[in-house]
Amino acid sequence: MKIGKARVPYLLLLPGFAFLFTFFILPILNLAQTSTQTPVKGGDTGEYEQSFAFSNYINAFVDNKEQFGRSFVYATLATILALAIAYPLAYAIAFKSGKFKNILLVLVVAPFFTSFLLRTVAWKQILGEEGFIVPTLRSLHIISEQTTLTSTAFAVVAGMTYNFLPFMTLPLYASLERIDPRTIEASGDLYANGLTTFRRVTVPLSMPGVVAGTLLTFIPAAGDYVNAAILGSPNTKMIGNVIESRYFKIVDYPTAAALSFTLMAAILILVTLYIRKAGTEELV
Amino acid sequence: MSNDAISARGDLRLTRITKSYGDFNAVDDLTLTIPKGSFFALLGPSGCGKTTTLRMVAGLEEPTVGSIHLGDTDITTTRPYQRPINTVFQNYALFPHLTIFENIAFGLRRRGIKDVKEQVDKVLSLVELPHLAGRKPTQLSGGQQQRIALARAIVNRPALLLLDEPLGALDLKLRRQMQIELKWIQREVGLTFVHVTHDQEEAMTMADTIAVMNEGRIEQMGSPADLYDDPETAFVANFLGQSNLIKGKIEGNDGDNLVIDLFGQKISMPKKRSHAVDNSMYAGIRPEKFRISRTGTPTRGNTLTGGHIEDVSYIGVSTQYVVAMPWGQELMVFEQNDDGVAPFDKGDEVVISWEPTFTFGLRGDEDIEAGTEVNPEEPAEE
Repeated sequence: MKIGKARVPYLLLLPGFAFLFTFFILPILNLAQTSTQTPVKGGDTGEYEQSFAFSNYINAFVDNKEQFGRSFVYATLATILALAIAYPLAYAIAFKSGKFKNILLVLVVAPFFTSFLLRTVAWKQILGEEGFIVPTLRSLHIISEQTTLTSTAFAVVAGMTYNFLPFMTLPLYASLERIDPRTIEASGDLYANGLTTFRRVTVPLSMPGVVAGTLLTFIPAAGDYVNAAILGSPNTKMIGNVIESRYFKIVDYPTAAALSFTLMAAILILVTLYIRKAGTEELV
Repeated sequence: MSNDAISARGDLRLTRITKSYGDFNAVDDLTLTIPKGSFFALLGPSGCGKTTTLRMVAGLEEPTVGSIHLGDTDITTTRPYQRPINTVFQNYALFPHLTIFENIAFGLRRRGIKDVKEQVDKVLSLVELPHLAGRKPTQLSGGQQQRIALARAIVNRPALLLLDEPLGALDLKLRRQMQIELKWIQREVGLTFVHVTHDQEEAMTMADTIAVMNEGRIEQMGSPADLYDDPETAFVANFLGQSNLIKGKIEGNDGDNLVIDLFGQKISMPKKRSHAVDNSMYAGIRPEKFRISRTGTPTRGNTLTGGHIEDVSYIGVSTQYVVAMPWGQELMVFEQNDDGVAPFDKGDEVVISWEPTFTFGLRGDEDIEAGTEVNPEEPAEE
């Protein structure tokens, strides 16, 4: 019975591990294997053989530098915008909403009741010629008669910001809500005015939420292709779009695999540097 | 005006303060002066308004009516960060993201003080924890956090230091030790301390002056000895220690004394210790002031006969007796175990006597249960 008890944790781990092994580790290994293949000479389209062509990585990166750069720029912009919108929102829900707290939290999550795709298509309508935004901006002479908003980088970043906003808001709310209001009072008691209290106490104490929220936004945003596909144009293609078309349209599996790995590595490195910089190892 | 407030010094004066939440007055027309340099305690049960009063002094709440002055400066609406007042919060409220050093330095840095390091080191030595400067608050024990919270407040040398149930989260032994230390530190630094507590023993140990609060008002104010020896209301008599309150009737005068009839037995007490407004009154006697002797033996002072021992509890330094009196009341008697006399047994016929000067008189229309039902060990309000 004693040995049995010691094994319980491993038994509990087993289903999750088996699942991840089958559906994550094996495919990743398969992907790694694919990434260094080259086409079979004289073979059919989509027929590849292993030749350890690590040059695939260099070619894939060099050919798609632009899309890589765009992915990280768009993802960074969307993350910053989402943080700028979500922080005041989460702050208000955590500290100022009183009895409306739960309703507001449900509203934050409410978009998830509709399909991700549908919501993104809706943004196309909102930003389109027949939406209310373009005519309003035109009549106010903020944009010219010729300017459109769809098929632009603006539309892609706006769509991503919108789609990932709840992922930013919820962790921020959770960390703000956990702050002991007495520490805020103590700061005021110790000669800090409202702004200083916010900078010196509220923001540092909400850092775990900021880190979690920005990661939950940035990582999926960097690999996203739906927003660029629906709201963008060929000039706003992100790396996700390239991978998608390499796989499903051009049937160039090795390049797609090499790009996937490069994206993964880039995100891992950036995230590691970010967490180091944010100095919150103990908080995450 | 707000710039003057930070350098205000002097007595703290609360004038006709009321704080209402809807129909409920948490603090009700309270007027109070706390002299500079004193150790003042606001004592009362949960919900009596003591914490609300403290928060208004700190600037965390604004009074509905009334004014607060520090010396000659009106600070009623001054923002907390502009008051020369610091608070030791109930759960310490240390900043979890800052080291102990930075926690203590917080107030100094906000005011642009130059020799931060020197001052923080000094106050850390005062609370005897200089080795913890580099730690984070979560790495400290409750008692250590308590001292750091105190250090964080007194390093600013405020005109007024507010302590909100500062020892409530500590265990009994540590609490007793911290009481002595707090008192010592107050003498050492010479600041005005205003201490809010529901623990009467804590208030009596530390404070020079205690204001007993009940239902948003001050019941009585005075030195611990005054309050204990001559309570003016049943609430004070019961909340500070225990009291025997016996229904009586004032029969007449005998010089400086009153002659009182307690269920047919005559006693006397000093006139100036009676707070009765007419002939009807309660005579109050603390349990340890009673002497107990066997029926038939001679007695001194006031005497009540016809009692018998109902219950005996031996608790080391003293023995507590419950004595049933002929009129049906049970009196509490504490006897020191210092005379070598064998204790009484249940059922023994006894006489109770006491010095007349120990008697205090309360109004006859008082609720003699007031202040007895509150559990002093209850967690604080909110």
